[in-house]
Amino acid sequence: MFGRFTDPTAEAFSALQHEPIVLYTVLTIMVLGILVFTVITLCGWWGTLWRNWITTVDHKRIGIMYVVLALVMLVRGFADALMMRLHQAMALGNESAGYLPPDHYDQIFTAHGVIMIFFMATPLLFGLFNYILPLQIGARDVAFPFLNNLGFWITFAGAVLINISLGVGNFGRVGWLAYPPLSELSGSPDTGVDYYLWSLQLSGIATTISAINFVATIIKMRVSGMTMMKLPVFCWTALVANVLILMIYPVLTVALALLIGDRYLGMHFFTNDGGGNPMVWINYVWIFGHPEVYVLVLPAFGILSEVVPTFSSKCLFGYTSMIWAILVILVLSFLVWAHHFFTMGGGISVNTFFSVATMVIAVPTGVKIFNWLFTMYKGRIRLEPPMLWCMGMIFTFVGGGLTGVMLSIAPADWQFHNSLFLVAHFHHTIIGGVVFAYLAGLVYWFPKAFGIKLNRALGIASFWCWFIGFYFSFFPLYILGLMGATRRLQHYIEPSWQPYFIIAMIGALIIALGILFTVLQLLLVVWYGIKHKGRLPVRENDPWGDTRTLEWSISSPPPPYNFAILPSVTTLDAYWHMKTEGTQCKPTRFSRIHMPSNTSAGFWVGILALILGFALVWHIWWLVAFSFIGVISVIILHSFIGDHCGYYLSAMEVQKTEDAFTAAYLKAGGKEI
Amino acid sequence: MENLKKVLGILSVLTLMSLLSGCDVAVLSPTGLVAKAQRDLIIISLILMLCIVIPIMFAVIFFAIKYHASKKDTEYLPDWGISHKVEFFMWSIPICVVSILAMLSAYFTYKYEPSKPLDYAVATDNNPLRINAVALEWKWLFIYPEYGIATINEIYAPTGRQVALQLTAQDTINAFWVPKLGSVLYAMPQMNAKLHLLSEENGRFPGMSANYSGDGFAGMHFTWHSVSNGDFDNWVSRVRRSGNQLNYVTYLELTKKSKSNPVTYFSGVDRDLYYRVVNRCVAEGSKCNEELMRLAAARSLWGELCSVFDVRESIAPVNIRE
Amino acid sequence: MNTSVRIETINEDHHDNGSTQVFGFWIYILQDLFLFATLFANFAVFSSTYDGGAAGKDFINLPFVMVETFLLLFSSISCGFAMVNLQTNNLQGTRLSLQITFILGLAFVGMEVYEFMHLIHQGVIPSVSTYWSAFFVLVATHGVHVIAGLIWMMCMFVHLSRYKLSRDNRIRMACLSLFWHFLDIVWIGVFTVVYLLGAL
Repeated sequence: MFGRFTDPTAEAFSALQHEPIVLYTVLTIMVLGILVFTVITLCGWWGTLWRNWITTVDHKRIGIMYVVLALVMLVRGFADALMMRLHQAMALGNESAGYLPPDHYDQIFTAHGVIMIFFMATPLLFGLFNYILPLQIGARDVAFPFLNNLGFWITFAGAVLINISLGVGNFGRVGWLAYPPLSELSGSPDTGVDYYLWSLQLSGIATTISAINFVATIIKMRVSGMTMMKLPVFCWTALVANVLILMIYPVLTVALALLIGDRYLGMHFFTNDGGGNPMVWINYVWIFGHPEVYVLVLPAFGILSEVVPTFSSKCLFGYTSMIWAILVILVLSFLVWAHHFFTMGGGISVNTFFSVATMVIAVPTGVKIFNWLFTMYKGRIRLEPPMLWCMGMIFTFVGGGLTGVMLSIAPADWQFHNSLFLVAHFHHTIIGGVVFAYLAGLVYWFPKAFGIKLNRALGIASFWCWFIGFYFSFFPLYILGLMGATRRLQHYIEPSWQPYFIIAMIGALIIALGILFTVLQLLLVVWYGIKHKGRLPVRENDPWGDTRTLEWSISSPPPPYNFAILPSVTTLDAYWHMKTEGTQCKPTRFSRIHMPSNTSAGFWVGILALILGFALVWHIWWLVAFSFIGVISVIILHSFIGDHCGYYLSAMEVQKTEDAFTAAYLKAGGKEI
Repeated sequence: MENLKKVLGILSVLTLMSLLSGCDVAVLSPTGLVAKAQRDLIIISLILMLCIVIPIMFAVIFFAIKYHASKKDTEYLPDWGISHKVEFFMWSIPICVVSILAMLSAYFTYKYEPSKPLDYAVATDNNPLRINAVALEWKWLFIYPEYGIATINEIYAPTGRQVALQLTAQDTINAFWVPKLGSVLYAMPQMNAKLHLLSEENGRFPGMSANYSGDGFAGMHFTWHSVSNGDFDNWVSRVRRSGNQLNYVTYLELTKKSKSNPVTYFSGVDRDLYYRVVNRCVAEGSKCNEELMRLAAARSLWGELCSVFDVRESIAPVNIRE
Repeated sequence: MNTSVRIETINEDHHDNGSTQVFGFWIYILQDLFLFATLFANFAVFSSTYDGGAAGKDFINLPFVMVETFLLLFSSISCGFAMVNLQTNNLQGTRLSLQITFILGLAFVGMEVYEFMHLIHQGVIPSVSTYWSAFFVLVATHGVHVIAGLIWMMCMFVHLSRYKLSRDNRIRMACLSLFWHFLDIVWIGVFTVVYLLGAL
């Protein structure tokens, strides 16, 4: 009846009973949950929440939900990171050193990696895609609004499932890519790896659905006149990232499915017996895993290519070079996966090929860096927070590239492999490259979504904390790696390592301060929202000035239909040219606009998928059958009774919205056009 | 003010140096032949890359100051977006640097391929010391096939003599790493990976597993003692005096999980134990992988095409020296 | 502030673009192709790991598989006829062709289930060896896709009787036929790699 709950070896509630840290965390989350629930009930927000958010198919609202999910997961993943740093700073000696037993420590580093990549970076990415991409290509929505909603709720289900493992059962103790045979039943008989497998399957399905949506959106929904070579670079990177997703996530899905076969059906893909071969898994996950790095970092490049020109008041240098560099990376990213295991004994030819291919990727990446530099050259640079993040990114990312090239030299990698040098390197590129750029994007496009900028002083403070904190946390790790410290150590015996771990911990605390400042920025906006009774006033369209792309041509926040009149585009940087050539004009006649209808199907599929995942982890087969049939039924029902016709916003309503914007715009001191 | 800056600068450089020199940075102060080559490679590649990276870092800050919006008198070219000259250098500089590094990488990959005996050692005509290593949960078993002895978590090897290691694992994937000597290599179940190392100096070098393998992973360290020939012989006879025997039964005992194991000696080892570990047929009644492959080869075309039979050659039992 | 007007570009029906939906479905098919490619690669890697047990060859019944193959090939033809009838606005013909497709597909699934039961009955189950794990995963993944297609067709019958040859139904039919032909092509791969080459 209750599957593995009745099996004492599955340790369903042992963490809650024996680990005070887990208990207090779960209690805090529950108290917070109850608090939020009470506030929503008292204020009577359930109705709006349901109508305007949960069932919405508006890409802008879904984008905001993705970003909120990502920020919550950032806090979760960062809490894991802080715990690890704190533990390692104390972990000199034997297993009882520090405050975390291996069992708990191993779960934390696994969860940190999985959450940061799959439930922080990916949702943040999709949040930005969702909000910005349709606006940049002059579309009124994405190609498949319902799939967009569905994708969000399945991602949400995956994120909730992975966080349930905090209290119920435990999480995998296998590292973020779960190498077998450790992740097989022989190495991890409890629920940890099952949570890993099912939450990643959910996230994978959601990511694939969203990627199909965005590729179709970019290819089919561009506004008239916007040919591929007039597409903003952010859209280009989004296109390439989504194409990559479509090519690599199936590999991950298959790899996970095969491991599921091993664990649930007694198959023998990656086991030591029965003919299995664990090394095959390592190939699969890295054929997925390496392009995944580019899925994350290419849009980061795209963001820089939008922000740097804006704050340099210049056009992007070498647009064509940039696009070619992106396409070269798309191809090359598939030819380098074996550099993650130069130490497997691949032989001379394999190692040489993958070593050289990896270095070749440094070429298009270097070209991008030069592009941004020459964009700044002879510009008028304004050091607003988004630009600071971008400069921080360029400055830090080239360092990460440097160590990346060092690691790509196979014989040198034989000394770096799996050491803290490697850990420092990929945090160097992911924090320095991806996180800084995403935060730049977040700060840059925030006024588009909410009408007001984030607090500038706090933003600058946040940047410097992240920037300095980063160097303090990860430079010690480079040195530790060279001293012979491997990753994932629960304790160590070299006293000379401890000072470095302590410095790294201080660095992590500085980054924590940076996150705190970001949270304060957001709280200020919430305060502002409360002051205005939840109705953010519509503001000027172009708060940064010298912006170049179409999203800035409409009000902030944009109306539900985005563009009252679809713009027509003749050049790259369409909005910049409209401004400089004065070809913008004020429409006087509007027509009705077709809008898609809200639907709750995505939400129900998400909830049922969550139940399905949970039931599968705990082997509650009747619930598996029930929720699986539920998912299928909801989708079939949606095809019959769902509202596919949408509705029309009348010309009058459009006129009213646009007039309100014009009035607000003029009141804020805007010029009449 | 200027002086203060200077003092601060000197102080920070000094702290950095003392931090680095106060302790032993193993990879940068190697004692092994392979590791020394790797250190050189690391330093060369670092310098080459710095030649590009430092100007970029400098340029970011310099441009931000020079072209700051407050400086209205500097040149401003809002529409300057294409310059084939600049773009030519933009592509060609990275290509040049990468070409140099690629050649370096290819050369060193060829020269220090772990499975190849080291050139230096071949030239001096020395006969490698053979050690077969098994990664167990969570300890290292080192078998000396020529001496018929084995140890847990301890290696003794004569300085200046090439060591030909063969690595495998019982349960989970591990990696063998002695930072002072160089080259990590995976120890994988069902696989026999070959690694050649050579220490040029006497000393005690910490070694560890470099691939996470579960609960007791952090405690999986061992020591590599590089000693003179005489000391090595003494050590061998010391090991031989121990009463422990390593046979199938005691090996299966060893495969049970245990953490932070003390050094243990075995004075006798079953001759084909390592072969059976690699082929997963230590347990009674189990068929060796190689045998299974032969069966498959007899069965179908694919079995024939996919079977690799180099295993017997290299890990066959050898005659024990007295 | 607002952008230039060109009345002819005003597109009210921004969402109802059928070609976008079919295009989206093409993208889905392409990513599914990568999924199958991985499974085929997986099968190739493990194509001789019998673990001392039965080889695929011992159980492959080529005439039986040929019948399966022809069932699926003919179902593809009838699916094509369904689309031809759709083009000529012949609802009855569309329905009939789709019914034939459904029956042929069902027969295919029936034969595959029979084959699996037969194997399991003789003790050849996925846990016997990696070869059989890979065999069952690859063939069953295709089978599950076919079943999904059959469920889709059942829904399609209801859609056809409710909405006749509406625009939405035409898009649905276009996607369904794409899906069905795709499964046919994948089956050709399965037939060749697993059965024909496996019999060597």
